[in-house]
Amino acid sequence: MTEFIVVTSGKGGVGKTTSSASIAVGLAKQGKKVAVIDFDVGLRNLDLIMGCERRVVYDFVNVIHSECTLKQALIKDKRHDNLYVLAASQTRDKDALTKEGVERVLNELRDDGFDYVVCDSPAGIEKGAYLAMYFADRAIVVVNPEVSSVRDSDRILGLLASKTRRAELGAAPIEQHLLLTRYNPARVVNGDMLSIDDVKDILGIEVVGVVPESEGVLAASNAGVPVILDDDSDAGQAYEDAVARLLGEQRPMRFLDAPKKGFFTRMFGG
Amino acid sequence: MGIFDFLRARQKNTASIAKERLRIIVAQERSQRGAPDYLPLLRRELLEVIRKYVNVDQDAVEVHVERDGDHEVLELSVALPEKANAANVA
Repeated sequence: MTEFIVVTSGKGGVGKTTSSASIAVGLAKQGKKVAVIDFDVGLRNLDLIMGCERRVVYDFVNVIHSECTLKQALIKDKRHDNLYVLAASQTRDKDALTKEGVERVLNELRDDGFDYVVCDSPAGIEKGAYLAMYFADRAIVVVNPEVSSVRDSDRILGLLASKTRRAELGAAPIEQHLLLTRYNPARVVNGDMLSIDDVKDILGIEVVGVVPESEGVLAASNAGVPVILDDDSDAGQAYEDAVARLLGEQRPMRFLDAPKKGFFTRMFGG
Repeated sequence: MGIFDFLRARQKNTASIAKERLRIIVAQERSQRGAPDYLPLLRRELLEVIRKYVNVDQDAVEVHVERDGDHEVLELSVALPEKANAANVA
C-alpha cells in the first residue's frame, strides 16, 4: 500500500524542503521505495537540496500536461536505487497544477508500487499547498519554536481537518505529526525559546521529531547531500530518529538538553 | 548562571510570554474556524449600532455560531459597561 505524506507548515523558511529531503532519504535507507515531489511550482528547490539539479529534464507540470511520461520525469537518486525525485516546474503559471493532474500522477506512483510518496508543500495556503495536502494520508507539520510559525501551523492543522480528500469523504482523519526544527536547547533553558512541551501543549498533537539548530543543515544544502546522510551532525541523527518513529519505532527524544557550560562561562556568563 | 549576572540586565522569560499569547490567539482562531466569513463584519456593524445608544468597549460584542444537531445557532452576547444595568443582554 502506498502512503502519501505531506510535509507542510504554512510559514516559509521553517525547513520543509530540508525535512522532505531527509525524510525521503531516511525512508529509502530503510529499504522503502520512495518518491519525493516538489509542489512549489515556480520556485523549484528540492532538486538543489537533493543534489540532482543538473539532471532535471522534465518536471511535475510536464507530467501533468502529458508532455512526457512519469517515468521520464522521475529522477533516480544517485545514492539510493529506490528513491526518486520529481522536480517542480519553473513556470510562472499559477494554474499549472490541477487536482485531476495531481491525482493522476499520485495514482500512477501507487500503481508502480511506491511505498511512500513525500509531497514537499510550498509555503502559504494557496493552490500548491492545498494540492500538496489534499490527497495525504499523513501530514508532517514542520514548526519552529517561534510565535508566527506556531500560529501558522495551527491554521494548517485546521485545513488538514477540513480541506482534504479524507475530510471531504468523511474517511479516517489524516495522521498528523509535528516536526520541530531549529530547536535551540540552550535558549529553551534560558527561557528565550518555546520548549517542545510548550509547542505540544498549544497545538495539541504529538511530536515526531526535534531537529536542533545545526551548522550541518547549511553544510548539507551547500553540498546537495540531505543532512540525514551526515552521521556526524546532530540534525542528521535527529532526522534518522524521526524517520524511525514514522515507521512505528519508539525512540527517546535526543538533543533536548543544552550543552554543558565550562567553568569560565559559568563564572562570567556566556 | 554567573556571579556577575547582576551586572547584566536580566531578561524576562520571553518564552512564557510567547506561550501565553499563542494560547489565547490559537484558542480564538480555533473557535472561529469553519464559521461563516461574514461574522467579523456582522460583529463590527452590531458594535456600531449598539454604540449609538450605549458606550460599550471595542470588544464588548461577541458573536458565535454553534452547531446544535442539524441546525446552527447564532449566539450574540453584549457586555454592557458596569454602570448600566448589570451584565448581559442576549
